[in-house]
Amino acid sequence: MNDGRPSPDALLAEAERENRGRLKIFLGAAPGVGKTYEMLQSGRAKLAEGVDVVIGVVETHGRKETEALVSGFEIVQRVETDYKGRKLEEMDLDAILARHPQLVLVDELAHSNAAGSRHPKRYLDVEELLSRGIDVYTTINVQHVESLNDVVAQITRVRVRETVPDSIIDRADDIEVIDITPDDLLKRLHDGKVYVPTTARRAVENYFSPGNLTALRELALRRTAQRVDDQLLSHMQSHAIAGPWAAGERVLVCIDEHARGPSLVRYARRLADRLRGPFVALNIETARTAGVSDAGKDQLAASLRLAEQLGGEAVVLPGQHIATEIVRYAAANNVTHIVIGKPQKPQWREWLQGSVSHELIRHAGDISVHVIAGAAEQGAKPGAGLTHVTPPRFELVPYLWSTGYVLVALGAGLLLDRVLDVTNIALVFLMAVLAAALSFGLGAALFASLLSALALNFFFLKPLYTLNISDPESVIALGFFLGVAFIASNLTSRVQRQAAAARQRARTTEDLYLFSKKLAGTGTLDDVLWATAYQIASMLKVRVVLLLPENGSIAVRAGYPPEDMLDEADVAAARWAWENDRAAGRGADTLPGAKRLYLPLKTGRTPVGVVGLDNDKPGPLLTPEQRRLLEALTDQAAVAIERIQLVDDVERAKLAAEADRLRSALLTSISHDLKTPLAAILGAAGMLREPPDGLAKDDEAELLGTVVDESERLNRFIANLLDMTRIESGAMAPNAGLNFVGDIVGTALQRTRKITAGHRVQIDIPSDLPMLNIDPVLFEQVLFNLVDNAAKYAPDGTTILLKGWADGSSVVLQVIDEGPGIPTEDLERIFDSFYRVRKSDQVRAGTGLGLSICRGFVEAMGGRIIAANRQDRSGAIFTIRMPIPQQATDMDELK
Amino acid sequence: MSNSGVRILVIDDEPPIRKLLRMGLGAQGYAITEAGNARFALEALEAERPDLILLDLGLPDISGHDLLARWRDDGLDLPVVVLSSRTDEAGIVRALELGADDYVTKPFGMNELAARIRVALRHRLQQQGERPVFVTGGLSVDLVKRIVRVDGREVKLSPKEYDILRLLVQHAGKVLTHHFLLEQVWDSTTDVQYLRVYVRQLRQKIEQTPDQPRYITTETGVGYRLAEADPIEPASSGQN
Repeated sequence: MNDGRPSPDALLAEAERENRGRLKIFLGAAPGVGKTYEMLQSGRAKLAEGVDVVIGVVETHGRKETEALVSGFEIVQRVETDYKGRKLEEMDLDAILARHPQLVLVDELAHSNAAGSRHPKRYLDVEELLSRGIDVYTTINVQHVESLNDVVAQITRVRVRETVPDSIIDRADDIEVIDITPDDLLKRLHDGKVYVPTTARRAVENYFSPGNLTALRELALRRTAQRVDDQLLSHMQSHAIAGPWAAGERVLVCIDEHARGPSLVRYARRLADRLRGPFVALNIETARTAGVSDAGKDQLAASLRLAEQLGGEAVVLPGQHIATEIVRYAAANNVTHIVIGKPQKPQWREWLQGSVSHELIRHAGDISVHVIAGAAEQGAKPGAGLTHVTPPRFELVPYLWSTGYVLVALGAGLLLDRVLDVTNIALVFLMAVLAAALSFGLGAALFASLLSALALNFFFLKPLYTLNISDPESVIALGFFLGVAFIASNLTSRVQRQAAAARQRARTTEDLYLFSKKLAGTGTLDDVLWATAYQIASMLKVRVVLLLPENGSIAVRAGYPPEDMLDEADVAAARWAWENDRAAGRGADTLPGAKRLYLPLKTGRTPVGVVGLDNDKPGPLLTPEQRRLLEALTDQAAVAIERIQLVDDVERAKLAAEADRLRSALLTSISHDLKTPLAAILGAAGMLREPPDGLAKDDEAELLGTVVDESERLNRFIANLLDMTRIESGAMAPNAGLNFVGDIVGTALQRTRKITAGHRVQIDIPSDLPMLNIDPVLFEQVLFNLVDNAAKYAPDGTTILLKGWADGSSVVLQVIDEGPGIPTEDLERIFDSFYRVRKSDQVRAGTGLGLSICRGFVEAMGGRIIAANRQDRSGAIFTIRMPIPQQATDMDELK
Repeated sequence: MSNSGVRILVIDDEPPIRKLLRMGLGAQGYAITEAGNARFALEALEAERPDLILLDLGLPDISGHDLLARWRDDGLDLPVVVLSSRTDEAGIVRALELGADDYVTKPFGMNELAARIRVALRHRLQQQGERPVFVTGGLSVDLVKRIVRVDGREVKLSPKEYDILRLLVQHAGKVLTHHFLLEQVWDSTTDVQYLRVYVRQLRQKIEQTPDQPRYITTETGVGYRLAEADPIEPASSGQN
């Protein structure tokens, strides 16, 4: 952005930098320039300043001056690992993390760790240290830098295997180039001050030639300058200083399965660096790709991985025609430079099949095309778990079948010979060739062609039964036959391959579609997980476990085949993958010793879980297509998981909203029930205090009556509220004991005397009812509420009847009134808090709590209460059923 | 009856309640001293000894129960009627066991309170023995001869039933806790239901409608209370 605002990326990078440790790299052109020495010197200076410095790992190689510098530092002991009988010592990452110094010195950034270490490379260890906020000083030689690896190899003819990705160099906060003149270095070498592994003596002599050293030195300086440039640019961007911004360049490198892929990628990276733009590695998948050998596929995957490691993007697109697809992609993505390898095919093949680079150059339009030679790598590039290359097995069967087809054609031809002439017989053989092509592909078809030609020659061309041909026309005809046969074989086998590829793709798409449908129908999280695990397992032929976050860590939630126990290495790898949002485990950069490969599952940005894969075959777990398929499946699964979690959230939100609604309804109701009697009391009392003129004596008495009645009503309501609170808060500790129901009925009626003043109260309870195990206070309240309820709804003058009897193992008590009864649909709901029957137009004032308190208390005492309507006339019957305790029968013997 | 000269110490932290009590009890002829908290109450006790204490259990500084305990330990021999909230049966029982004579639950009616105060005063000021035969309504109990009559008819009571009735008569008008009755009639380890059974049997013998008793009332969760003795004809004097 040129508008004077700091670029967001730069700001973000700067913010991230705040929390990370600072990395300072001591970069040398060659071994022996004194990087370790300089690092230790700097470390010393920091120590003198009071900074907490420790040594993580420093290789002194027996040099006295270096050893002298080491003394005085706290050294974190290395951890010993046993590798094939040899004892190796590696930097103890965990110890350093636990120690958590401000600064740690780590020598030889490009070193590979012994098997069994958490990370396979030391630079990954350093990355982890940095991410925890520990500063690091480290050393590295220029030939270890990934993008410069092949340039250095070109210069020195020595290819170094241990490389460090450029991203580390670019992320370093400081780079110090340790530079001495080549002459000085050579002098040091001869003085024996340079460490040289004895195994590489000869190569080293070549290495340390003055010319080489000068070139390396220049390379180191140039790389550092570039880095400084970048830092300056980044600083300018983050502080919105106007400057010569990069001109929006974009580099595209086209790679295929050839061995020169990595060098093309590195070239692209260097080009992109110079142009200050991003780069993309593109591979076009055609029908031919399906027939590429495993080694070729691995090489392609490695080249793509390298591109990603070097900070570029890796893209694979399907297409028919490579050059067209490349140009299309380039145009759509504002590519300004295309890098492609020089054609390596012999000219005649080029003529036959066309050359991608030539077509590209012709159709590239404004885009610059860089055609470079690129050097094939010696041996396989160590990528993510490459296997040994197994050459394609030679299968005999197709060739036997082809022979069979030709023989059949021969037979048919001989028969038809009576009728047709030679040229048409040729067509019969052509059929055999086509059949072979359709069934077995190009190789068998070509074989069939040759065989057919021979058969034609032998059996049908004069002179017969010899391979000689007398007729010149026949030769031409035979030649044309062969030509046609070849072309037909080629076309047919290509069509066959394409059809097979299309079928496979259609099958995959179908599977994905079905999976998507299945996921759409799942309701619970477990269903999604099981469906996903099964799908991944069956489509990719691997074993799957799915892990989701739980209690701050991650735990197995599903697996196919079912599995829920992981061993320690696997648990560590899964957790690392979850915490760092990167792949870990088998074949990955981190914890490669784990049994499975763990990949984070995420929807867009938010991580959802981790998937672990494993199979019994050694070597790479997934081919690139399988990898992409896995991504498609896990994307769908992640979305489904997220959907379910969102549904859960919505449910919870709905419940919370419902609870809120109920709460506010409750408050409104309580407020009304409190305010109504208060209003009456205040009104009446106010009038009594300041009587309006003309207030009669009777009115006075009535007003006073109102005050007393409403006060009592308010009192009852508050009592109910308190009871309800007791029930709801679970603070109900019924003080149960054996009691006589009759007694409690008596005390309850005593309290309701005033309320039932206008009704007739009848009691029909035998005096020999067994005692019940109840709390007298609670039971009395239940009866009080029931009678109060009856009095409220039954009109004055009617009878309220209390009936009781023993019924086998329980005692039944009924409160029966002559009121309007209860609507059938409300018979259960009236026991809900604050439910009031709104049937009549007069909304009966008073609490809606009484009945729910009854139920609460009765059930707390082990009984049941139900409501019903009278059958003989209108009215309600409330029935309480209480169990007769065993002890009660013993009490009767006392009398 | 005249209550003049009888002083009641009202201890309650709510001014409206104190006002109400002053007016209500004052109208009955009692002299009232007010105290808003335990400290003032103790000062008032020092200053002038009242004849009865009306104590609210929910005081701000020292709880009513602690005051009762202190008075019991100090050997204070004054009748105490406590005011408590409805659902606090446990607190009421505890207060009674700590020496309170009776209780009233809030909100209370003035008549009920007056009756409790009257009974408490009577039992402290006088022994029941002055009265040869206890009479309330149709029930008459001769403690000396151990004869119980209901509406003139003699009623035969078992020893335990009689003991219960005797205790109730000796504290007629006052509440007796379950615990107190159990302790006196059996021992403190006996279960309450035994008491309930015997009281029921007693009621069935002396009450017209045992389930709605006139003489022996149930104080739910607290204990039992026998109705006050009938007032003696105005002709005799000296009795409260």
